[in-house]
Amino acid sequence: MFKLFNLKKLFGALSVVLLLGVPLLAVADNTAAPAAAPAATAAAAPIAAAPAPTPNKGDVSWMLISTALVLMMSVPALALFYGGMVRSKNTLSVLMQVFVVFSLITVLWCVYGYSLAFTEGSGSLAPFFGGLDRLFLKGTFVAADGSFSMAATFSKNTPLYELVFVAFQATFAAITCALILGAFVERVKFSAVLIFMVIWFTFAYIPISHMVWFWMGPDAYTAANTVDAMNAKAGLLWQWGALDFAGGTVVHINAGVAGLVGAYVIGKRTGFGKEHMAPHNVTMTMIGASLLWVGWFGFNAGSALEANGSASLAFMNTYLATACAVLSWMFGEWVFKSKPSMLGAASGAVAGLVAITPAAGNVGIPGAFVIGTGAGLICLWGVNQLKGWLKADDSLDVFGVHAVGGIFGALMTGVFNSPSLGGPGFYNNWFEMKPGYGAIMDQFIIQAKAVGVTVVWTAVVAFIAYKVADLIVGLRVTTEEEREGLDTTSHGESAYRI
Amino acid sequence: MKFVTAIIKPFKLDDVRDALAEVGVQGVTVTEVKGFGRQKGHTELYRGAEYVVDFLPKVKIEVAIDSKMLDRVIEAITKAARTDKIGDGKIFVTDLEQVVRIRTGETGKDAL
Repeated sequence: MFKLFNLKKLFGALSVVLLLGVPLLAVADNTAAPAAAPAATAAAAPIAAAPAPTPNKGDVSWMLISTALVLMMSVPALALFYGGMVRSKNTLSVLMQVFVVFSLITVLWCVYGYSLAFTEGSGSLAPFFGGLDRLFLKGTFVAADGSFSMAATFSKNTPLYELVFVAFQATFAAITCALILGAFVERVKFSAVLIFMVIWFTFAYIPISHMVWFWMGPDAYTAANTVDAMNAKAGLLWQWGALDFAGGTVVHINAGVAGLVGAYVIGKRTGFGKEHMAPHNVTMTMIGASLLWVGWFGFNAGSALEANGSASLAFMNTYLATACAVLSWMFGEWVFKSKPSMLGAASGAVAGLVAITPAAGNVGIPGAFVIGTGAGLICLWGVNQLKGWLKADDSLDVFGVHAVGGIFGALMTGVFNSPSLGGPGFYNNWFEMKPGYGAIMDQFIIQAKAVGVTVVWTAVVAFIAYKVADLIVGLRVTTEEEREGLDTTSHGESAYRI
Repeated sequence: MKFVTAIIKPFKLDDVRDALAEVGVQGVTVTEVKGFGRQKGHTELYRGAEYVVDFLPKVKIEVAIDSKMLDRVIEAITKAARTDKIGDGKIFVTDLEQVVRIRTGETGKDAL
């Protein structure tokens, strides 16, 4: 009780800070001169000087739709996907965890997450963290003159309203955190989830998204002699040349490894390996997987940030690789295990979606065939043999599907990006904007290094975050509560009344 | 009076109901139940995890009848529910001491 009381106070204090902070910042906005808006995000500064190009309405429409699609991936899609796989007595607890974590991270994203992830940092921390210019999204909309700040896309003179980019990226941060939940459902304490998520989001998601995705934008490369200086301002892994179209490292490896660490630290479910823990409603899981597939078009094709050819390529690859993975998982299961199962087909779809994520707009159609088919088989291995070796109760296979599929996809992105294998290559030099590509082995090694950094970083942060949550409130519910089910014991309601 | 309890395969319920109606049974009570007998369960595979399902779904039918109808009722259920495979179920017969129709207060055979 004492611990819980403290936690309530903590959340209470947080909401007070939020309520007080927002109006103060709004006042600050009104007094600030619009021209003084910091060169925080990528394209803000250069655009302010020249006759400003306005966002293309097609791009804006597409990105708003994409953002809503990615929101749908968490609620309800991921909630249904996960909720169907637990026992009926824990259904609501899973829905609730996804719903609330999604909301929590969205709020944190708008308070400080976006600023620390997607603005230019300073000093030796710059390759890892951004700055504080966009706290509470300050400066994205200036009330004094009704102007909006701009974010960069991947084309010159093609800005996007920064608020659209903020919202789009918010849905990424939120779903990444929600993905982790699958590793420790059915026994985790709800308050511990909230504490863990705040810490992990701040010290793992934010820096990794900054390292992989932050750069100054194409318009910052105004002359040949600015290239090195601008490159040096980007995130660490971006500087290394790692390719991650929509979040193989940032989202899937990040969440998958954090989940596995959680499964170890929190421990197995009571009765694991002895009692019947089969999914209680595969129908829900199938609906969730299907909605994830639809939403993933926003996730992957939306990551082009424009309604263009790159988005179209990402769209088709996302569609095709997923279908390939459904078939390869299903046939693999049919041949090696027993029967072709619905849960297997749904899992195959998610495996394919995960693996094609870093590759989406970075590979051609041949890459989609290989990555999709390979992901189905490798993740099938991940949830069977590998899971047996790991000896952890990663209950819904967050590691076996998201980390394994994410690593496979990230590595294959480096291979199939090559124009010799049908890929689009990448821009070596954002001033000249000419596509290039080095040796396949070189890019493969860069991808592997980015994977390695992500795995180690997220594992260390996750471990500390679990330990802190354990110290403050304890990670697990009592065995009696676990037996009774988290629906009634944690939330005071039940999913099914018969 | 007799009380007949039959455990049958779920998909045979409609056939059994029709057969009972034909021999003049006025009402039955049906319950979805689970259990095991000589018919073995099956295994279900969810990703890496294999679960043995020991208890299979069956339907339990309960009917209260005049003792004179017993043979016809047993024959009707047996014929309608039989598939000649293990797991067709069983019929249990017990003596019935008393029956009361709640609405009228009638008792015994009048209440059947």
